[in-house]
Amino acid sequence: MAVANPPAETTEASSAKKPGGGFGWAALFFMGPAGLLLLVFLVFPAFYTLALSFNRGRGGEFSNWVGFDNYVRLFTNDPNFLRLGFPPAGALWNNVLWIVFYTSLCVLLGLVIAVMATRVRYEALIKAIVFLPMAIAATAVAIIWRFVYFPSSETGLLNALLGIFNLGPVAFLGSPDTVNWALIAVGVWGSVGFATVILSAAIKGISSEVLEAARVDGANETQIFWRIIVPMVSLPISVVAVTLIVNVIKLFDLIYVMTAGGPGTSSRVIAFSMYQEAFPAGQFGYGAAIAIIMLLMLIPVMIFNVRRFRTEAVQM
Amino acid sequence: MTALQDTTVKPQPRTASERLTRFISGSPVHIILGLIGLVWLVPTIGLLITSFRPSSDMRSTGWWTVLFEPRFTLDNYQRVIEAEGMGGAFLNSVFISVPSTLLPLVIASMAAFALAWVKFPFRDTIFLLIVASMMVPVQIGFIPLVTAFRESGLPLLETYGAVWLAHAAYALPFGIFLLRNFFITLPKDLIEAARIDGASNWGIFRTIVVPLSVPAIAAYGIFQFLWVWNDLLMALVYAQRNAIQPMTVAITQLLGTYASEWSLLAAAAFLVMIVPLVVFISLQRYFVQGLLAGSVK
Repeated sequence: MAVANPPAETTEASSAKKPGGGFGWAALFFMGPAGLLLLVFLVFPAFYTLALSFNRGRGGEFSNWVGFDNYVRLFTNDPNFLRLGFPPAGALWNNVLWIVFYTSLCVLLGLVIAVMATRVRYEALIKAIVFLPMAIAATAVAIIWRFVYFPSSETGLLNALLGIFNLGPVAFLGSPDTVNWALIAVGVWGSVGFATVILSAAIKGISSEVLEAARVDGANETQIFWRIIVPMVSLPISVVAVTLIVNVIKLFDLIYVMTAGGPGTSSRVIAFSMYQEAFPAGQFGYGAAIAIIMLLMLIPVMIFNVRRFRTEAVQM
Repeated sequence: MTALQDTTVKPQPRTASERLTRFISGSPVHIILGLIGLVWLVPTIGLLITSFRPSSDMRSTGWWTVLFEPRFTLDNYQRVIEAEGMGGAFLNSVFISVPSTLLPLVIASMAAFALAWVKFPFRDTIFLLIVASMMVPVQIGFIPLVTAFRESGLPLLETYGAVWLAHAAYALPFGIFLLRNFFITLPKDLIEAARIDGASNWGIFRTIVVPLSVPAIAAYGIFQFLWVWNDLLMALVYAQRNAIQPMTVAITQLLGTYASEWSLLAAAAFLVMIVPLVVFISLQRYFVQGLLAGSVK
């Protein structure tokens, strides 16, 4: 085992006491800047925000201790955040809708496009086209789709198409009944490319012998899709799904630009509520409680990642 | 007609009727993919056309009528850039994105090197904590940091300082994870040999690890650059003066003033999109690599 050499100016300090490894100045030198930034921007704020979530938090200060009041109010007495009943509503409920429909549609469409694309010569082109929205700002995607949804058949493409059938114009983003579906559709449009690219790489890994064997046994294309392709890429599917769920929990830009949570508060999502309560509304303790809820929602993913990484590390 | 046939031998159709059968049986796939292509391209093309149409035309007819009356102008771009401040906002986007990319690139590379090739206590635990911290939402920092920056008396929120540091910090966990996993695949013999020859850690980092890891570092850099360029939320929170706001924020303000002036909004949206589009088209390989690696983020 060679002795790790620290930077020249620190040779004395570490060689004196560390014959077996490079701990000391070298580790500190390389880890220091990252450690400092992570302490200031992640560790300290996490504790501060947690403490503030039990406080009124006026002006970001610890003004009055309120115990669990912020959390109780969020879950029982704030229809903008969660309104149980029929139908349920509120930011948290909208996130549930997003998680269910956005995630499953992205995965399903991504799989279908990936499978179909392998059959044609323009595979790379179609994947690039579908992937393109991933590269551009959610702000720009929001402008593109506000324009498509615009409630006039002279301006908005979708209402022009409906106009051909003497329907509309429909204010897709202007009605609480349609707004969340219209937004989820845009989210899917923006993220299918991600699912397609990842799943396409996985599908290419399936050996053609397996598929040929199934065909010889008389399986049709639908059976091959559901019984062979889907199970064989189930791990990549779960990775894609987890990534998409994390996207939903962090979703902000698209909502802010397309509807600002409206009409009223009907299209709010949790990350939007956090921003809205903390900054324009100045309720820092309340906003802090929402940030902590976001963190708690992400902890299962954290554990999933660490576990997955640990098993990989053991296998190496 | 079978899926995934590229790898298998496909018999050439011999007769005209065979060719016809093959085309017809394959056509649903072409039709569906064609429709998908349209749904993914037409909205963007519509906005692109609108950005070049005179605003009087925009108000009276849809962009699809442009085939019958093709009239184009650069007025919209001129107006958003000069009168509506998108020119300054474009520069702000550059001033925010470049340091916010370079800073974490350097800091994450250094930390990743230590985690891969320098021995120190609790190294693996620290690395797992960093893997876990990839999931911490940026919202956790908003209130404490804005409050602390305000009270510090330093002009961080009024300059690019806060937004640079925040972007750099939140990019680190993913960058360290990505780069450490790449660095650790470098040949051990090479690094041990350099150590025996008396190279310092800094020397090994600079002359061996970084040059051999250019693809991974580039992928991370591109990913981070586009992330910052496209970001709205962090800029809203950490860049609190009009004069330093990037294009994404400027567009939301434009939207507040001209909610249905689509000619202007379209031009502004394309100014935001142009840089990512160029990066995407020219560096697609690195970009997809970064994305594939980022799928664990």
